[in-house]
Amino acid sequence: MAATFFGEVVRAPCRAGTEDEEEEEEEGRRETPEDGEVRQQLARKREVRLLRRQTKTTLEVSLLEKYPCSKFIIAIGNNAVAFLSSFIMNSGVWEEVGCAKLWNEWCRTVDTTHLSPTEAFCVFYHLKSNPLVVLCQCSCYVAEDQQYQWLEKPHNPGNHTQSNSCQVFWLQMVFGSCPRKNVQVTILTCRHVTDYKTSESTSSLHTPFLKALKTQNFREPPCCSLLEQPNIVHDLPAAVLSYCQVWKISAILYLCYTDVMKLDLITVEAFKPVLSSRSLKSLVKNIPQSTEILKKLMTTNEIQSNIYT
Amino acid sequence: MFVPCGDSVPDLSGCTLLMPAVSVGNVGQLAIDLIISTLNMCKIGYFYTDCLVPMVGNNPYATAEENSTELSINAEVYASPSKKLVALQLRSIFIKYKSKSFCEKLLSWVKSSNCAKVVVLSSSHSYHRNDLQLRSTPFRYLLTPSMQKSVQNKIQSLNWEEMEKSPCIPEIDDSEFCVCIPGGGITKTLYDEGCSKEIPMVILLKFVSEGDNIPDALGLVEYLNEWLQIIKPCLQCDDPSASALPWKMPSSWRLLFGSGLPPALF
Repeated sequence: MAATFFGEVVRAPCRAGTEDEEEEEEEGRRETPEDGEVRQQLARKREVRLLRRQTKTTLEVSLLEKYPCSKFIIAIGNNAVAFLSSFIMNSGVWEEVGCAKLWNEWCRTVDTTHLSPTEAFCVFYHLKSNPLVVLCQCSCYVAEDQQYQWLEKPHNPGNHTQSNSCQVFWLQMVFGSCPRKNVQVTILTCRHVTDYKTSESTSSLHTPFLKALKTQNFREPPCCSLLEQPNIVHDLPAAVLSYCQVWKISAILYLCYTDVMKLDLITVEAFKPVLSSRSLKSLVKNIPQSTEILKKLMTTNEIQSNIYT
Repeated sequence: MFVPCGDSVPDLSGCTLLMPAVSVGNVGQLAIDLIISTLNMCKIGYFYTDCLVPMVGNNPYATAEENSTELSINAEVYASPSKKLVALQLRSIFIKYKSKSFCEKLLSWVKSSNCAKVVVLSSSHSYHRNDLQLRSTPFRYLLTPSMQKSVQNKIQSLNWEEMEKSPCIPEIDDSEFCVCIPGGGITKTLYDEGCSKEIPMVILLKFVSEGDNIPDALGLVEYLNEWLQIIKPCLQCDDPSASALPWKMPSSWRLLFGSGLPPALF
């Protein structure tokens, strides 16, 4: 308990999140069949599904079971997505192989069955000339309870436990039940610089800057310095990297710390050192053209966000 | 599920499993950090689960450049084979509605590993103490029935206080009494499941408030050490204010309260 300035006594928040568990226990005791039905409907709404938009069908197996690959590159967040769009997807023909449909409180799209190109939140592509290269552009926020959905598919879909009876997992959806050790995973994402812990003040840091975290099986030298303790990463990038570490998959996460979280030219260009990595080097063709594409992307976005038009 | 770091599953039979409950002040987790760091325990595997919020970072127990680049995730298992000790560290909170599922999976793994006993390090809100508790030691213990016979005598010789029962529903006068651990996270669930599944389990907890909980963690490991004797006292300690035992704080405890302050603030 804590006393406020106005003399009230309020329940102080607990870092360990234990109030949620106590509330859950109370809710569990008071829950009526109608409450249970509402909760199940919400769980069904939060399911993650993998679709093939061209044929309007759902993928029954995980993405990497359907499209085995040796390189899997994931961009999470609008700046990382813009980087891959401008510097990697500008050359070669990329064919869409799947699109993740998901809903949570942070998504702005209501109808996720018919995603338009500008709204497409989580799309998977492979390179037509080399289908072993698969790329994922993820602009939406994948909530904690959906992240494991993103990565794996249940081993036996018929035997779900009560808690996940309707859920196809994000982790499950991409990697499937059999972790593939011969794939190299590269993850790109951004974080706000205030998340970065350092003994100096974060206001004195020169942003944006790049940091890396790699799994034990990743043998190449990273393109930037490693993320020092006590810094940590969470959300979907952490879910993917954890999966890769546990199942001994070679993976690296490139994390750009920036003070501008919306689409920003300087932040996107901060990912450029990653172009010299073994995964991306062979996919980069024309950097000056990429820079032009990036500038156009910025301008389009600025016009759209102008509240006076 | 437990996934070993190496190719084979290590044999944990007969070992004591130490684990934290994610609880007020994160005291259990800080205590486990101290134990892993002081004993220089090596990582033997991961407890891979969809019940905890994902997180990753570099080795929190790094002592040099060479060992600082090992990736760590949210639930890992460490061992000290010479002391027959295994430690499970949990580094994030539970995803909503998943704590019970986690307890079931954890205890199922404990049973299949044939651990000799489980010790859960936890904490409880200090503001919930009654008058008697306010005047006594802040440390409490709980034993499951299958543990009582083997350690009751030792515990009595240490003069430890058992966690008192309180009314299940305080608003009702003739309410039944049960063990309540407010702010203890899954401690109560683990205890109840431990009792019903006949798992030899000991809960050690301290009444704490949120804040700088490092002293609470040090207190809790010393409380544990009174019984398990994990480390021996440092005989050449000149500083009377220091802990009598050489607990080593891990490198990840730097900057616990945030980055440095901007000079312009002053």
